[in-house]
Amino acid sequence: MTLLAHRTRPLWIAALVHRLSGLALAVFLPFHFLALGLAISGEAQLESFLRWSEQPLVKMSEAVLLGVLAIHMLGGLRLLALENLAWREGQARLALLAVVAAMAVAFAFLASVF
Amino acid sequence: MAGMLTVSLWRGGTEGRYVDYDVPMRETQTVLDIVTWVQRNCDATLSYRFACRVGMCGSCAMTVNGRPRWTCRTHVSKVVSRGRLTIGPLENLPVIKDLAADMRPFFEKWQQAKGRFAPSKTRSDPIERIAPDSAARVAADAAIECINCGVCYSACDTVRWNGDYLGPAALNRAWTLLNDVRDAGNVERLAAVATDGGCHACHSHQSCQEHCPLALNPTASIAGLKRRTAQAYLRGEIKP
Repeated sequence: MTLLAHRTRPLWIAALVHRLSGLALAVFLPFHFLALGLAISGEAQLESFLRWSEQPLVKMSEAVLLGVLAIHMLGGLRLLALENLAWREGQARLALLAVVAAMAVAFAFLASVF
Repeated sequence: MAGMLTVSLWRGGTEGRYVDYDVPMRETQTVLDIVTWVQRNCDATLSYRFACRVGMCGSCAMTVNGRPRWTCRTHVSKVVSRGRLTIGPLENLPVIKDLAADMRPFFEKWQQAKGRFAPSKTRSDPIERIAPDSAARVAADAAIECINCGVCYSACDTVRWNGDYLGPAALNRAWTLLNDVRDAGNVERLAAVATDGGCHACHSHQSCQEHCPLALNPTASIAGLKRRTAQAYLRGEIKP
């Protein structure tokens, strides 16, 4: 079977990215709560975790996470606008803009920590 | 243009396979011409569907190199890839035989979406005057030209994933009637399109708009239905 052509279109890929970024955030959420839980269980444990999180590789991962969060949020806002406001052409351009904005957020974070 | 073209055609029902045929290339040749040539020169048992051959009836839609298209309006030179063409029946529909898809589920969903006009007047009443520039008429006009070819239904992954989903064409039709001031069936229609497989199941991939041969935008119609059903629910006109 040939690759179905509609799956190479920008808006189909935008939907895929939105779904995958949502899954990635769902996987991250337990770790986020774990870190928050450390703050309750003791200052020393939290301090040790925060020191661990200063490593460059962890910071890089945080930048990726921030990018994923931004792309998911901006993609969601685009869909909310599409479904609740008057129709606006150029949705593929808006989706691309969301990707560029998310990458800019991630790079700005990296620039601020290195 | 000269030489031969290798054409893979789907043969069989839902269980079947692609069979290669060598077809002479012509300077001006549509994909429908190719299918017809195979039937007349290679295998008379090849089944496919067409009627008008000029993009009026919408009956010759097939999947050409992975993309649903009207074969009568698709020139081979525009879609041929490395001397090959792969032609199958429309996706997301049962296959009757070879290139003929069973359109019954498509039209049944049209009925489920209350795609039939419900008159509010009798023939004794005076003709309703409708201003062409009224907002409702402009919205209906933008979506009214659909000829039920099934291309959008075939291109829609939500249809593929959710067997109950009514699909872009049926919902687009519901949107045109919702904007027709003469229609009296809109409460039932809004309830019908707000069900599990209704407008809210749409993922807004816009594949329907991308592939519609008439450049209609069913995603915009479905977005309109999402707004109108939400408003109707908040007003208590439809129940969950």
